[in-house]
Amino acid sequence: MRLNLEARGEPSRTMRFAAPLIAAALTFVGGFALFAALGRNPLEGIRVFFVSPVKDAYGVAELLLKASPLTLIALGLAVGFRANVWNIGAEGQFIAGAIAGGGIALGFDTSASPLLLPAMIVAGALGGALWAAIPAILRIRFNANEILVSLMLVYIAQLTVSWLVHGPWKDPQGFNFPQTKMFSDAALLPTLAEGTRLNAVLALAVAAVLAAYVFMYKSFTGYQMRVVGESEAAARYAGYSTRRTVWAGMLAGGTMAGIAGVAEVAGPMGQLTEHVSNNYGFAAIIVAFVGRLNPIGIVFASLLMALLYLGGEQAQQYLNLPSSIAKVFQGMLLLFLLGADVFVNYRLRWSDDSGGRSSIPAS
Amino acid sequence: MTERSGVLNLGAEGLMSIGAVAGFAATLHSHSATAGMLGGIVAGAALALVFAFVAITLTANQVASGLALSILGVGLSAFVGKPFESLTLPSVPALAVPVLSGIPVLGPALFDQQALVYASWLLFAAVSWFLDRSRAGLVLRAIGESPASAFATGLPVIRVRYAATLFGGAMAGLAGAFLSVCYTPVWVEGMVAGRGWIALALVVFATWRPARVLLGAYLFGGVMIAQLFIQGSGASVEVPSQLMSALPYLATIVVLVLISRNPNAIRLNSPASLGQPYRPEA
Repeated sequence: MRLNLEARGEPSRTMRFAAPLIAAALTFVGGFALFAALGRNPLEGIRVFFVSPVKDAYGVAELLLKASPLTLIALGLAVGFRANVWNIGAEGQFIAGAIAGGGIALGFDTSASPLLLPAMIVAGALGGALWAAIPAILRIRFNANEILVSLMLVYIAQLTVSWLVHGPWKDPQGFNFPQTKMFSDAALLPTLAEGTRLNAVLALAVAAVLAAYVFMYKSFTGYQMRVVGESEAAARYAGYSTRRTVWAGMLAGGTMAGIAGVAEVAGPMGQLTEHVSNNYGFAAIIVAFVGRLNPIGIVFASLLMALLYLGGEQAQQYLNLPSSIAKVFQGMLLLFLLGADVFVNYRLRWSDDSGGRSSIPAS
Repeated sequence: MTERSGVLNLGAEGLMSIGAVAGFAATLHSHSATAGMLGGIVAGAALALVFAFVAITLTANQVASGLALSILGVGLSAFVGKPFESLTLPSVPALAVPVLSGIPVLGPALFDQQALVYASWLLFAAVSWFLDRSRAGLVLRAIGESPASAFATGLPVIRVRYAATLFGGAMAGLAGAFLSVCYTPVWVEGMVAGRGWIALALVVFATWRPARVLLGAYLFGGVMIAQLFIQGSGASVEVPSQLMSALPYLATIVVLVLISRNPNAIRLNSPASLGQPYRPEA
C-alpha cells in the first residue's frame, strides 16, 4: 500500500484557487508552532503578528504603503516568470532605480519644479530596466543563466549604493553618517491621507495592476509570453522569438522594481541610504508565486506579505523577537505554496500494487 | 553531488546560513570547533530534508523551491542568530603538519592550514572516487541522466536523490559552520554574503566535475582576497573598498558568460535530468 502521485486529467480548478489559501493557513499553523517552540503564548503571538498591525487606520495605511511596492515589483516579475524568464535580481534593480531617482533628486535639489518628481520616476524606471538589461543581454548573447547573473548584480548594486552613500553622495552636514541629504519637498511623493505615511505609490500600484492586466491578457506580446510558459514547443512552432520573451520578461521586472525603488526613497525614506531595499525584491518573488502570477492574485498576496512584514515589526516591539521572524514566515509561505501547488496537477492515490499504473501520462 | 543526481538545489545560500548559525551555536555551547562543524552538518542536512520533501516527494518546481529554501534559511538563521550577534569565539588555531609545513613558501601555504582545509582535500578525493570509480556513484550518475531508465532497471531513484540532496545540504552546512567558527569567529546576519550562490555558479563552471570544482574554488577564493593583497602591497591605487568587495560577484558573472557561450558544451556536460521533477509513473 503506497501513496502515489497520480496525474489529473486536467488541472484542478478548486486547487488552483485553494492552494494559496491552504498555504496561508499552513503558514498560520507553522507560526503557531514557531511561537510555541519559542516559549511564547501562540495565540498571543498570532494576534500580535497578524492582527495588531492592522487594528487602526494608521496600520491599514502602513499595510498599503508596504504592499504597493511589492505589488509593483511582483507584477513585473510575474510577466517574466510566466515565460520561464527567472528575474531573481529584482532587489538589485530596486536599488538601481533608487540610485537613479535619488541622483536626480540630489542633482536638482534646489529645484521646486513639478517636473522633478516625474523625472525621478522615469529615471528610476530606466535605472531598474538598465540593471535588468544586463542579465537579459547576457542570456541572449551568451546563454548565461539569468538567475545567477541577476543575483550577482544584486550584491553589486548593494555595494554600489554603499559606496555612494559613504563617498561621493554623502551628506556633508550629515554627521558623517552614510546617507545622502534629505530630498527637497518637490522630490517627495505627495501623501494621500493625513497623519499617515501612505503616499502616491498606491496610485502607481493601482495603475500598474491595470497596465499589467492589459499587457498580459490583451496585448500580443503578453499572449506570446503566456504561450511560451505553457508550451515552449507550441511557441517555437508559432515562431515566437525567445529574444522578445527574455527582453520583455527581464525589463518588465526591472522597470517595475526601479519605480518601486524611487517610490521608496521619494517616500518614507526621503533620502538614499544603505538600507534602501529591505528585502522587497525577494519578497516580491514570493508575492508573484503566491499570487499565481496574475494581477488580482498578486494584489492579495502583496497584502498578505505586507502583513507579514508589519507582523515582524510588531513582534520585535511587543514580543521581543527579532524582526527577521518575518523572513521565516515568508519562506514558510512560499514552501507551503509550492507544496500545495503540486496538487493542482496531481492527486494522491493509495495503490495496492507496488507501482501504480496511470493511464494518463504526466505532463 | 546533488546536481549529478538530477536535483537542482538553489537553496545553497540558505543552507550555508543555517549551518553557520548552528555551527556558531554548537561551538559556543560545547567549546569545541569539531562540535561546531557537526552542528553545521546536521543543520544543513535537516534543512535540505525539507527541500528534498518538497522537490522530490511532492515534485514541486525545483527552481522556486530552492529560492524559497534560500529565503527561509537566511531568514531563519538571522532569527535564530540574533542573540549571538555581539559574541566572538576563540579563534581556532591552524593545524600544522609536522615536517611538511617547514618547507619554504609551499609549506605554510599547504600544510599549515585549518583542519577543514585538509578535510576538504580528503572530501574532494572521496567524492571524485565515489562518482567516477564506484558502483554507487555510477548509480547516482545514471539517475541524474535518466531517472526513468534507472527506475526501469530497478534502481531506487527517490532514495538516492534524497541521499544526494542531504549530502549536499550537509556539505553546505559544514561550509557555513566553517565560515562562522574558523574563518571569522563571529556570527553576523548575512555573513554568507552570496557565497552559496557563487558556489552554484562554480558547479556550472566546473561542468559538474569535482576536480574542476576544486580548481574553480581556489580561483574564486583568490579573487575574494585580492583586495587584501592590493591593500597590503602598498600600491597607491585609489580604489574604493566596495569595488574590491564586488570583484567576486563580477568574476562570477564573467565566468558564467565565458562558460555558457557554447550551449552545446553545457548541454553535453550537465546531468540530463537536472532540475526536472521525477514522478514514478509506470
